[in-house]
Amino acid sequence: MIDEIAARFPYWATAVLIVIGLYGMIAKRSLVKKLIGMNILQSAIILFFVAGSLREGASVPILFEGAPGARAEDFVNPLPHVLMLTAIVVGVAITGVALAFLVRLREEFGTLDEESLLEQVRR
Amino acid sequence: MDMGYLAILIPLPLLAMALAVPVVARVRSGAAFPLSLAASVASTAASVLALAAVLEGGPLSYALGGWAPPVGIEYVVDHVAAFVAVVVTSVSTLVIIGTRRWAIREVGDRLGPFYGLVLLLLAGLSGMVVTGDLFNLFVFLEISSLAAYALVFMGGRAGMVAGFRYLMLGTIGGALYLLGVGYLYFATGTLNMADVARILEADSSGRAVAAGAVLIFTGLGIKMALVPLHLWLPDAYTYAPSSVNTLIAPVMTKVGAYAMLRMFLSVFPDGYLRDAVPVADALLVLGLAGIVLGSVAAMVQTDIRRMLAYSSVANLAMIAVGLGIGTPLALVAALLHIMNHAVMKAALFSSAASVRLATGFSAVGDVAGLGRRMPLTMAAFTLGAVSMIGIPPTAGFFSKWYMAQAGVAEGQWLVVVVVLGSSLMTAVYMFRVLERAYLHPQAPVVAGVAGAAPDAPGVPGAAESPADVVWPMMVLAAATVVLGVANVVIVTHVLEPGV
Repeated sequence: MIDEIAARFPYWATAVLIVIGLYGMIAKRSLVKKLIGMNILQSAIILFFVAGSLREGASVPILFEGAPGARAEDFVNPLPHVLMLTAIVVGVAITGVALAFLVRLREEFGTLDEESLLEQVRR
Repeated sequence: MDMGYLAILIPLPLLAMALAVPVVARVRSGAAFPLSLAASVASTAASVLALAAVLEGGPLSYALGGWAPPVGIEYVVDHVAAFVAVVVTSVSTLVIIGTRRWAIREVGDRLGPFYGLVLLLLAGLSGMVVTGDLFNLFVFLEISSLAAYALVFMGGRAGMVAGFRYLMLGTIGGALYLLGVGYLYFATGTLNMADVARILEADSSGRAVAAGAVLIFTGLGIKMALVPLHLWLPDAYTYAPSSVNTLIAPVMTKVGAYAMLRMFLSVFPDGYLRDAVPVADALLVLGLAGIVLGSVAAMVQTDIRRMLAYSSVANLAMIAVGLGIGTPLALVAALLHIMNHAVMKAALFSSAASVRLATGFSAVGDVAGLGRRMPLTMAAFTLGAVSMIGIPPTAGFFSKWYMAQAGVAEGQWLVVVVVLGSSLMTAVYMFRVLERAYLHPQAPVVAGVAGAAPDAPGVPGAAESPADVVWPMMVLAAATVVLGVANVVIVTHVLEPGV
């Protein structure tokens, strides 16, 4: 079991982070903590993609003049990194919108506690 | 001639204008509406032309930036995509016209940002329809979702809380979808849907593919509000501004359902989602549960918008049932239901918005006597309701008919019972409104009465809504009959070649 975890450490770490993130989003009462849970979830997925592109003994995917015989096996896969740049941008946009929501909610209700927000809305 | 560029012309006007409208509106706020309408009309025209081109010469493909697929991002318009694009763009064009007065009342001087968000939402949805790339689908999914969160958030105090909760759940959905795409990517080494399909056709064993399938469907299940992942929907639809829920209720979740269908049609090999991973069975069971749950919940609602929201849950579940059965006939039924439900929900939400515009009321009990006071609005509601129940020759009958036929052909008798039973349950909750509107005497209207929205006090003697609210609604209502009568043409020419 320990060997199995050690051999695929990034994937186990990803799974643990996803669960932590989901727990934060579901169980925490404070909306700020929910948002932080969301960020942990998104980061876990970015970690998953980046870990998946890793290759032992491979180099940076830059083709330069005089590079010895360019074979695909010699390079790390760059595509997941590019995808994750986009995913990070998407994540930043969502976080930005969520933070703007939190500011407005705080102005309107004077609290960011979910229970008391729902109570105020129901009234 | 190569018409591939039509694929990109569907989302492009919306995306470009989404950036331009907020800027232009700073100078002239009156320009926001005509510019948005122009973008929406342009996109509708591109969809119609694309559909015509597809019917003529088969699927269109466009390589974005000149990078040939599978390396570059490919935009593909086949029969199914063109069909859904036409439905989404034309319904939303009509809704944009019909909700202009609500937009002015609800957002006032912030029309620029408001229409910017509306266009961004539509750009994301139409992009999801035409893209042939799994990761690109994720980006468009998040674009449309972000715009929807912000639009729901504009709906006053309750809307703000609903908007934040929608954001939380929607982001989980997007994240799970992305994780699933990651599994598929590492299993196949490509993101192009056609390429993924080709590689999986050869070898779809391996747990990574199965995990990817489950994660993708769970993520999309949240976005399309499949029971039990529908919890964001009733609040979001009820508390969103009237100009917003009339737009998102017909089109938003439909495109999530379309994305699921795309996974069946052009990503996973035939039968994989039934035999190797029980995704189809899960969709079937959850769909049947959703039809019953949504219909029962709709019966007990006192607010018309909330009733319609639960009815949406039931109807999306119907689409999921079609995917779950998975035969070509069932997929045709699901696609037809995507169109029918978009049109009739747009008609129903438009008339609910029209009632609220003229009287300030949105409760089921408050429509008493409105059949006489607002004959056109209630006529549109009645047509939408009749179609929702599934009485021929309205459109709603035919998708349920095909669905029941597909159930019979597969020996899924539970499907037949639930689909037919859903008509009865729909009749129960729709007739609560119709009976009050036509048979009860009109309630005395007092300004500022309890139940009236604070922004729209009941106006004694107020009659029908203005013409520009009424005619888009009447077009949608008439479309439920026209599309019902014309369903054979649509099914044989557009849908059957597509699935």
